[in-house]
Amino acid sequence: MKQTLDLRLQTLVAAGLLLVGTPMVGQKKAAAPANASEAQATVIRGGKCLTVSHGTIDNCAVVLESGKISYVGAAGGAKAPAGAKTIDATNMTVYPGLIDSETHLGLTDISADQSTRDEVETSDEIMPHMHVYEAFHAETALIPVTRFNGITNAIVAPTDKDTLPGQDIFIQLDGREQPDYILGRDVAMPMNFTGDQRRNESFERAKYPQTRMGMAAQLRQAFLDAQDYMKKQDDWAKKSDADKAKGSEPKRDLRLEALVPYLQGKKPVVLAAESGSDVETAVALAQEFKLHFVLNRVTHAQKVLDRIAELKVPVIVGPIYEMPKEDERYDAVYSLPAQLAKRGVRVAFASYDAHQSRNLPYAAGYATAFGLPHDEALRAITLTPAEIWGVADRLGSLDVGKMANVVVANGDPLDVKTDVKHVFIQGREIPMVNRQTQLRDQYWK
Amino acid sequence: MKKHFTRLAVVLFVAMSAVAVFAQRAIPAKGDVLIKNATLLTITHGRVEHGSVYVKDGKIAAFGANVSAPSGVTVIDAQGKYVSPGIIDSHSHMALDNDINEATSPVVPHMMMRDAFVYDDRQIYRALAGGVTAALLLHGSADMIGGQAVVIKTKYGMDKDQMIFPGAPQSIKFASGENPKRVFGGKGQLPSTRMGNFAVQRQALLDAQQYMKDWDDYNAKVNRGDKDAKAPKRDLKLDALADVLRGKMFVQIHCYRADEMLTEMAMAKEFGYKVRAFHHALEAYKVADQIAANGVGIATFADWWGYKYEAWDAIPWNAVMAMRQGVRVAIKSDSDDFVRRLNQEAAKTMRYGGATEDEAMKMITINPAWIVGIDDKVGSIDVGKDGDLVLWSDYPLSSFAVPDKVWIDGVMFFDRMQPGLGMPQMKEAQ
Repeated sequence: MKQTLDLRLQTLVAAGLLLVGTPMVGQKKAAAPANASEAQATVIRGGKCLTVSHGTIDNCAVVLESGKISYVGAAGGAKAPAGAKTIDATNMTVYPGLIDSETHLGLTDISADQSTRDEVETSDEIMPHMHVYEAFHAETALIPVTRFNGITNAIVAPTDKDTLPGQDIFIQLDGREQPDYILGRDVAMPMNFTGDQRRNESFERAKYPQTRMGMAAQLRQAFLDAQDYMKKQDDWAKKSDADKAKGSEPKRDLRLEALVPYLQGKKPVVLAAESGSDVETAVALAQEFKLHFVLNRVTHAQKVLDRIAELKVPVIVGPIYEMPKEDERYDAVYSLPAQLAKRGVRVAFASYDAHQSRNLPYAAGYATAFGLPHDEALRAITLTPAEIWGVADRLGSLDVGKMANVVVANGDPLDVKTDVKHVFIQGREIPMVNRQTQLRDQYWK
Repeated sequence: MKKHFTRLAVVLFVAMSAVAVFAQRAIPAKGDVLIKNATLLTITHGRVEHGSVYVKDGKIAAFGANVSAPSGVTVIDAQGKYVSPGIIDSHSHMALDNDINEATSPVVPHMMMRDAFVYDDRQIYRALAGGVTAALLLHGSADMIGGQAVVIKTKYGMDKDQMIFPGAPQSIKFASGENPKRVFGGKGQLPSTRMGNFAVQRQALLDAQQYMKDWDDYNAKVNRGDKDAKAPKRDLKLDALADVLRGKMFVQIHCYRADEMLTEMAMAKEFGYKVRAFHHALEAYKVADQIAANGVGIATFADWWGYKYEAWDAIPWNAVMAMRQGVRVAIKSDSDDFVRRLNQEAAKTMRYGGATEDEAMKMITINPAWIVGIDDKVGSIDVGKDGDLVLWSDYPLSSFAVPDKVWIDGVMFFDRMQPGLGMPQMKEAQ
């Protein structure tokens, strides 16, 4: 039972690529199991299972027990646990809960109202010591709206107004108290190099870094400072008590301290760059400091796709709705996931949003219209993000032993028409109720 | 000398005209085409399986199961694919070079969006590639009474005059709620509240009434032969508002909250004009019966919400709930992004509330055409309507469809199989 929720330090080897797993620290163990232990066993019978990991099974059954998947296979072979309820999934699809690789859920309620927003600290650009878990508002009305469409897990990241805006959390979209939602704290660090981080609103108001040169120099200095900090701390630790008595302990600096695990390659840096030239600069910086990274927000990098493929890192694409540049064809961004996949790059999708996170699967669906194979599109919002975030042994596919995050819907998960009928998170059936259904029911005539 | 100069000018003029004519000829204004073997989503007559549409001289000449065309007409075999009328976006601010809001005064009905329309803006091509063939380009919502809209066809590559929708009625933009409050309140000006909003609107309409009366009095005096009658000063602002009061303008009101829609309808009654449509109208589901009773349409989002307080009660069932109460509902973009995939947005109404295929398709074709006032010319596959058609790669009410080809007035403007931009009429631009 405890293992199910213990998402601590793990190493993941996938597709021949070593990704350093994400340490999921600071979890309050007592609170989280509540859902799983309370969950009634469930048999989902008669549907079409999209397992993601091992193909499609028609007329299948999935059994959820103690918060985990205990059976996936032919409907005939499923044995109902004692006291289990049965969901008739005839003419339905059954698939793993969807994973959104970048959201701002719990950091905003009403976009126009600053008092409801905690998305990014813009007073400085180098803010790795901002911890999303310290702002995350689990009771937000947005989470029930999002999981209503089958999104069960997500990264919550600060927005990209800083080069180093803070550290992400990995959440599940259900829980009783805030810590229940958070499966991993400080699981990754965004490093943004898209140009939006320049402080160049106008010449009068401009401040450093006003340019990309400034951004790069500032980042380089920050990592150098952190290396220096690491060394001083190490040196101090190595000193004998006698020497320590003579000197004074180096002052702790939260900002530099936050960079240490990333310089040590212990956690992934989520490297955002849109254009080919920004990808080149950002990757060079990351390699200079031997950071383990995944690419993010790649949208206008058509000319460097082969180079990206050589990096052998997963790519979080999009948003694919990003407008093409003036000289680009209308489908230059839409077709990027297909172009990357064709080169063997593992792609994942993200909504980059809070309110519209619920529309995550449709972006994957739309990418298929531009050549991304359907199974890869579904993988890009299930198993691939699970691999990126170091939870592929617990999430991302219908496999025995994984967390029972399962969705039942009346059609293709990627189709905009598809109505999600049941959502399970750690085996617990989520009531299909949210602020919007309440308003609907109040006014329905 | 002078004569010589004149002759030179004539020669130059003729030469320049020839260039202009050549430019126009580069893209024909009207075309003929026969699309066959398609599933036709006609909008007004349901589906036609294995159907054909024949467009002659830019207009739909025939459609159905048994349609033929004279030899020589281009034939497109649409085996296994879908054909719909062109999508119409009833709320757009594209191709205006961000000249969307003249926000220096809350009453600017004399602004003409046509004057800001950038006809060679690449965004028009992107909308076209999404299957949009006509759009209402509206003034923004900073002002209580904004400017006058322009209706365009997305004939990217053609001249400005050829892109303006012929014979479309004149629409004007009104707005209420948070935007005017924020814009003017932020400057310490009136209006900074909803009370202020409506006071500004009412005063403007009263001024227009007075203006009309002043002109009526003057004209009466002239008719009586009063030589001393002094004409009132012409005022562009009040001219425009007088046309609103005369019922000559389609009033398009940006409005989110249910109570504001009621107030706007009451104000329209008070001054004797009609509201054509509420735009955004995210709380229409709360007062849909009253919107329907007033014959007002809505142009709304499928599922956008939460971006401000007045969008906090937005629900994705809004479109269908309003439709079921008899409101004519359009799904619009209000966005350079959404305009590229309004078909997907319309499909969301099938999921949220169970709209039928016809109902969902109407929300992006004939219903927005009605809101704009061009439903007699476009918005369905009907004989005599413009040959504005989209051939879809897949079922358009899904995540998986993109336009393969788009025709406007029977001329193929977009073909995604072609290299470059995919614009067969614009080889030089590629």
